[in-house]
Amino acid sequence: MSTVLPSHAPARGGRPPLDVEALRRGFPILARKIHGHPLVYLDNAATTQKPESVIEAVADMYRRSYGNIHRGVHTLSVEATDAYDQAREKVRAFVNAAETREIVFVRGTTEAINLVAQTFGRQRVGEGDEVVVTALEHHSNIVPWQLLCDEKKARLKVLPIDRTGEVRVEELERLLTPRSRVVSIAHVSNALGTLVPVRRIVEIAHARGVPVLVDGAQAVPRLAVDVRELGCDFYAFSAHKMYGSTGVGVLYGRAELLDAMPPYQGGGDMISSVTFEKTTWNVLPYKFEAGTPNIAGTIGLGAAIDYLAKIGIENVTAHEKDLLDYATPLLTALPGLNVIGTAREKIGVLSFTLDGIHPHDIGTVLDQEGIAIRTGHHCAQPVMEFFGIPATARASLALYNTRADIDALVEGVRKVQRMFR
Amino acid sequence: MGELRDLYQEVILDHSKGPRNFGELAGANRRAEGYNPLCGDRETVFVRLEDDVLKEVGFRGAGCAISTASASMMTESLKGKTRAEAEALFERFRDLITGQDRENKPGAPELGKLAVFSGVREFPVRIKCATLPWHTLKAALAGEDRTVSTELTEGPKAESGGA
Repeated sequence: MSTVLPSHAPARGGRPPLDVEALRRGFPILARKIHGHPLVYLDNAATTQKPESVIEAVADMYRRSYGNIHRGVHTLSVEATDAYDQAREKVRAFVNAAETREIVFVRGTTEAINLVAQTFGRQRVGEGDEVVVTALEHHSNIVPWQLLCDEKKARLKVLPIDRTGEVRVEELERLLTPRSRVVSIAHVSNALGTLVPVRRIVEIAHARGVPVLVDGAQAVPRLAVDVRELGCDFYAFSAHKMYGSTGVGVLYGRAELLDAMPPYQGGGDMISSVTFEKTTWNVLPYKFEAGTPNIAGTIGLGAAIDYLAKIGIENVTAHEKDLLDYATPLLTALPGLNVIGTAREKIGVLSFTLDGIHPHDIGTVLDQEGIAIRTGHHCAQPVMEFFGIPATARASLALYNTRADIDALVEGVRKVQRMFR
Repeated sequence: MGELRDLYQEVILDHSKGPRNFGELAGANRRAEGYNPLCGDRETVFVRLEDDVLKEVGFRGAGCAISTASASMMTESLKGKTRAEAEALFERFRDLITGQDRENKPGAPELGKLAVFSGVREFPVRIKCATLPWHTLKAALAGEDRTVSTELTEGPKAESGGA
């Protein structure tokens, strides 16, 4: 008798565990030395490095198949269009959207959120209405809504977090009112690593008829994301944080909502007919894709999805969890080190401070050891304010990180402490 | 990039751990707040200015080793200087850490102890840490009641995105 395993569990005796050493050889930049040391790249929440297959896909596009899309009858245009359309289908399958027309290509997560705020938001939010975000958002999921609220004389409300960095979901019921028009939340916090219970938030918001946008920038490289299972109305993410190209992002939106929204920008490709009297919008998703897009970058995103699919995103989840479980006690054991963000459900990110040592000094010393981490407020100043600190040092993980990387980090932090003792 | 020890010289570490003239300055008649959005650091500089002479200079705030040491050593080196002398010293200091002082400009003031900051030039992202207190001082002397930001000054741009 056979047992059916849930799709996210590695099949027994099936898929081999992640062969990280082999994977690392596929990332050319990991062979680099920085200040004479092998590169230890732990700034993956800012951006990930690119595998050969993504670099090749982008280069190959320019070398062999480059032309503008949806324009010409010539071979190159047709090939480019095919490749571009295939990338959209890959994205659809990757997040399990119902239809490819629900996948809108944008420049990144930031543009995706701005698009929703400026179209859906401007249409639906009026004076005295409310937009709800959480206290752990990245600036890019705060400022677009502030711009909207300023324009419409609406109110931005904040769902609080607790001292561990968990969102206090139980407060949401009270926070939502009949004036709430949209809830916009991160899936994974870039500053703390908190995994936000998106499904529960969607359920609560939907029970009140309030749509939900999810900022998935930190989630898609680490977790299997199923937009229909989450039940969200919009889902935004960036290619460059998931091993793909910069300058490409995705907005998933339920077709019914996208259909009802006005265009974001005017230009080529987003229209079906133009006269000086009247212009008719193109169908989804093209209505939201004015101008020539980042064609090669989008092909690169498709290659990144292929790459992740081949490895199995569930293996990446397990690998990063293993590394976080390995790193957390090692770092916590260092006297004077404080981990910022200790949510029970946490992934990919390890933020910390050192008593008496500024994160910038930590970053400079580690860089001399070839260790790349991020120091600063991580574009989440309200989070820093909540914890009463100006900044943190943040190590963030990717599928190519190893326990040796963590050991180097721990040794580097020891060196920092010796230096500033 | 240079050696760490050139950046974090003993004198700098000493001042960062035990900053001089630290805390609100009693009798100050000039003050300004400085802000570095790259790290979120804030620093307040206080001056007691009499007859165009900086009688006393103090500062308050939490910053990195470079900005704390720079503020501490700035307060020491400015005591008793005229406003013009203070501004000339800042010019010289800025030239030092941005690597523009290779040939001595005639009439430039002596840097004295401040010369230990020469290692900063090899760490361009840290230039703003060293100049933050000086910009703040300048704002205080100008009597500007505002927050000065390092983003309006020299060096590479600070973060504004990238999560």
